[in-house]
Amino acid sequence: MNAAGDPTSETRGAEASLAKRTENPAVRILTRRHRLRWWEALPWITAIVSYFAFPDYLGFGAELLVTILFALSLDLALGYAGIITLGHAAFFGAGAYTVGMLAYYGIWSEPITSLALAALAAAVIGALSGLVLLRTKGLTLLMLTLCTMALLEQAANMGHDYTGGFDGLPSLAIAPVFGVFEFNPLYADTQFLYALGVLLICFAFVRTLVYSSFGQSLTGIRENVLRMHAIGSPVRRRLVICYTISAALAGIAGGLWAQTNAYVNLSTLGLDRAATVLIVLILGGYGRLYGAFVGAVVYLALEHFLAQIYPTAWQLGLGLVLVVIALFARNGILGLAEVLWRRWRDSLSRRKRAERTAS
Amino acid sequence: MLGGAASREPGRAGQALTGSPVNFAADLASIVLGGLAAGTVLFVVSVGLSVTMGLMGFVNLAHGAFAMFGGYIIVLAMNSAHFGFAAALLLGFVGTAALSVVLEQFLYRRLYRAGELDQVLFTIGLIFIFIAATTIVVGPGSQALQLPPALSGQLDLGFIQYRTYSIFLIVVGFAIAFGIWLTFERTRIGAQIRATVDNRRMAESLGINVDRLFTITFAFGSGMAAIGGGLGAEFLGLDPQYALKYLVYFLIAVSVGGLGSVVGVYYAALLLGVLDFVLKLYLPKGGTIFIYALTILMLLLRPQGLFGRKEL
Repeated sequence: MNAAGDPTSETRGAEASLAKRTENPAVRILTRRHRLRWWEALPWITAIVSYFAFPDYLGFGAELLVTILFALSLDLALGYAGIITLGHAAFFGAGAYTVGMLAYYGIWSEPITSLALAALAAAVIGALSGLVLLRTKGLTLLMLTLCTMALLEQAANMGHDYTGGFDGLPSLAIAPVFGVFEFNPLYADTQFLYALGVLLICFAFVRTLVYSSFGQSLTGIRENVLRMHAIGSPVRRRLVICYTISAALAGIAGGLWAQTNAYVNLSTLGLDRAATVLIVLILGGYGRLYGAFVGAVVYLALEHFLAQIYPTAWQLGLGLVLVVIALFARNGILGLAEVLWRRWRDSLSRRKRAERTAS
Repeated sequence: MLGGAASREPGRAGQALTGSPVNFAADLASIVLGGLAAGTVLFVVSVGLSVTMGLMGFVNLAHGAFAMFGGYIIVLAMNSAHFGFAAALLLGFVGTAALSVVLEQFLYRRLYRAGELDQVLFTIGLIFIFIAATTIVVGPGSQALQLPPALSGQLDLGFIQYRTYSIFLIVVGFAIAFGIWLTFERTRIGAQIRATVDNRRMAESLGINVDRLFTITFAFGSGMAAIGGGLGAEFLGLDPQYALKYLVYFLIAVSVGGLGSVVGVYYAALLLGVLDFVLKLYLPKGGTIFIYALTILMLLLRPQGLFGRKEL
């Protein structure tokens, strides 16, 4: 059952002729909105330019890319499907520990297949927990996601003989990417480009997913569950699948974190990380693909430069920003930018109209 | 997560633990008493959260921040201004309740009808502000509570010697729980609260002023949290991270007990206190995993909590 109007199932030609015939603005928007725009190249160009422009900040850059991927995975669950979770770090940590333990005990250290295994491990946890958790909603769901994460954290703490407990697993030996490009702990160029490549692939996947009929039905579920039930959409199954995919992507982000940092510890599973990624996503704007990018850049840049010098002021500022966002700017920075852009465009067209009537 | 209790309390209460089978009953009693004392503090802090969440469905993660704020008032009033314990507790209650009314009127009120996500973000933001403000004003260090001499000794219970303060906590906690329960069951405002928790729309259409009711319970609940913060400062510790450190425990107590149920929170908090105490003692590394597992199981079987009512 296709929930919302599904532009991809029709042929392109029919779409175009339809759009030409009706000139209906809604049709125009629906048929065009999944097309690539010119500005969508900007993040990637910026990343390549920064690779050459800021060679001293490549480690920071790799961290940034991992955070973007993690926030993107949360966006799929929270922004698109409306699953409010406080425990997304569970999957990040699952991925990180998969990569970490495989590498630490010398079982498997090839980076790309390790990431696939990390995704698999996180997806299994996501599917299992999603099957039971997603029956609930509201505060109960919030609590259950939180407790699942705490459960994993304590499990990692308890199995300290295997996971290193609180101290984690240090100095992981990760094999070179494609057998050629080595991870150099002192100069993070491989890490940066590798993370960029992984992010690009994952982003292309997420972008395709959210514009597909599946993605549309997720938005439908977020907006009105009752109506989706009424039209016969398999709501629970869609949510579990979305949660699993989101978990797998978070697992990849976690695995990538372990590989680029060459260690893994309990911080990957903690409430701090889950709260941080939530803040990053909300700051950028959730339910819109590029919110993760904007939020991660702004958050990490501020944290990197402010938190070292004034840690308390940073926390105070962060708290104030969160309160202001929750009260006044619910769609984050991108939402604000959109409102300003629309206002500017409206005033422009109004002025034009006024000029036309005057002449 | 009840880390302070883990690192400090077993050592202090553990004086009765001898390990020999002869004293098993005494060991058991001392474990249960220690756990009950911790659980009592948990109850006093969480009861307000339960009622306000039940009334408005507002996800107030910043509740622990009110407990911390009150705890600081109480400890600082005792240490710097030489208040008595009871006077300091009263001051903490009043100060925190006043602050919470201001915040409720100007900020919380705007988000009653907002989604959970906005409420979560807003209250996480408040936590950060409280933590940073406390660090700036008082400093990042931990504050020690000096117990009055009448409460700091040992009490002879006949079969074991036990810390007077823990017994005091258990008794006071029971009195508070009983008092709140009586208020809920026997007074007009209690009936209004119960009606609103059950069905807000119906209560509103019967003429109950839910907004005012919420302001009153919010202030009272925050005040109780402050008292809990002060009572628990002695063994939970009191530092700027308090608001975040015990957040999960407050939430577990509330959601397991059932939203809006005083009796439920009381049982849930005591159970949680004893479980945590036992696990921290025998499985210091990762033993709390069982608490989370039990909570998950419990919430899956009874999403409305032990004593909560199913939503209609």
